Amino acid sequence: MIKNITCICCPKGCLITLDTENPEATIKGNACAQGFDYALGELLHPMRTVSSTAKITGAIHPRIPVRTSGNIPKEMIFDVMAEINKISVESPVKCGDVLIENVLSTGVDIIACRDM
Amino acid sequence: MYYDLVVIGGGPAGLAAAEEAKKNGAGSVLIIERNEELGGILNQCIHSGFGIHVFGEQLTGPEYAKRFIDRLSGTGIEVKTDTMVIGISPDKTVTAVNSAEGYLEIKAGAIILAMGCRERTRSSIAIPGERPSGIFTAGTAQKYINVEGYMVGKRVLILGSGDIGLIMARRLTLEGAKVLGVVEIMPYSNGLKRNIAQCLEDYGIPLYLSHTVTDIKGENGRLSRVTVSKVNGFEPIPGTEIEFEADTLLLSVGLVPENELSRSAGIEIDSRTNGATVNEEMMTSVPGIFACGNVLHVHDLVDFVTEEAQKAGKAAAEYLRENKDGVSGETIEIRNGANVGYTVPQKIDTGKIGKFAEVFFRVRSVLNNAEISVKAGEEILFSKKREQMLPAEMEKLIIPKKVLDAANGRTITVSAEEAEK
Repeated sequence: MIKNITCICCPKGCLITLDTENPEATIKGNACAQGFDYALGELLHPMRTVSSTAKITGAIHPRIPVRTSGNIPKEMIFDVMAEINKISVESPVKCGDVLIENVLSTGVDIIACRDM
Repeated sequence: MYYDLVVIGGGPAGLAAAEEAKKNGAGSVLIIERNEELGGILNQCIHSGFGIHVFGEQLTGPEYAKRFIDRLSGTGIEVKTDTMVIGISPDKTVTAVNSAEGYLEIKAGAIILAMGCRERTRSSIAIPGERPSGIFTAGTAQKYINVEGYMVGKRVLILGSGDIGLIMARRLTLEGAKVLGVVEIMPYSNGLKRNIAQCLEDYGIPLYLSHTVTDIKGENGRLSRVTVSKVNGFEPIPGTEIEFEADTLLLSVGLVPENELSRSAGIEIDSRTNGATVNEEMMTSVPGIFACGNVLHVHDLVDFVTEEAQKAGKAAAEYLRENKDGVSGETIEIRNGANVGYTVPQKIDTGKIGKFAEVFFRVRSVLNNAEISVKAGEEILFSKKREQMLPAEMEKLIIPKKVLDAANGRTITVSAEEAEK
């Protein structure tokens, strides 16, 4: 089966096509190697970065921006969101500080995206 | 009070412009920011995807801003936050107010305008219907949710498929709202393709192309029902109405450069971009006043804002050094030709460019298998092929200097046309 995939690796958004019978040999339309890996990943196991905010006290704003330190399985996005919404941190926090270690055993941390 | 350079706005454009000016020898530099902190709109853009061109990696908005804010320390660049500029005079006096110092008159050797843009509102697109609460511009909702921590609604419809609308569709979904759909009056989306994929398709959010909002109803003061109709061009087609039970409507219907201050300084505004008319160095019609970023023309990528701001910063430093507007070659006017909405810059001094000049523009409709051509009258001086061009994506054309020399002072046009089939 021919499958169309819009690459999300950069703003170019290449339209990649592949044949699911023989994906590696049929990937077309990607402008770079990242696109190749992304298309293959979409077929085998889609992964995403999640960014959100967490509660913070004693800071300039009541929410601090956070993100996953790497990609997590797409089907776990809402579970990871629930974990982020459970925490409350106290100022000061530094950009890159780990707020949740190895969230839901994904091997990925939830990190702060700014000083606050 | 005197500064060699005053930068108005401490978002991505102002930060990069100030840094680059200082690096190129500008003396005293002051950034004036209306908000309580630097970073501008990046502070509320918590999603990832910024910085691929400038840093070679994907950053969130706050991370991208932090890189520039951190680099200010040790440069001697001064910052006034919580300070509102209320006027600029043509002799480059900036008037501003803040609660600590009161009324300020700041004389500047050069000024860089980096005020960004504002969102278009319900009244700018004249949506009919009642006026209940629950109708927000998408960027306002983004600030409520991401910075202030308030959720805006539970059942949400989004009008406009620009990037902010798409990003907010995903954000609201992640925070537990039901996003009923994104409605777009044009037959194509105005957002990046990757945002259609990762913000709508990932979450099964429908996109209604060639549709618009035709009625709004409220109950007890809050939005309760939105009517959406299919359009023929811009005309709603009777009988095609779809009713959505929504408590919230977000508007992502375009941005307008915020140029009240530029007008007060007597700067010429281009009615196509709603920004200043500039030359290849981002200098406006008033010598010594430069403009960059979204106040000049609306960008889709912050990386390109940074690059444009660096150009303005470098040119401002040069202006301060030479203390003249120094036209050194021939000034060539650039006009928009077929299918092209505008160009920035609008004029180029051939004596001021290196081997190339960069011209940015947007096409007016989707073009496949297209050719961009630079013409002087009917004579084609230069052309370039593009597989596809979209109104949602700003195009960058690199024109060799010899092409501009060949124009020999004539006005050139930039046009884009599909190849004959």
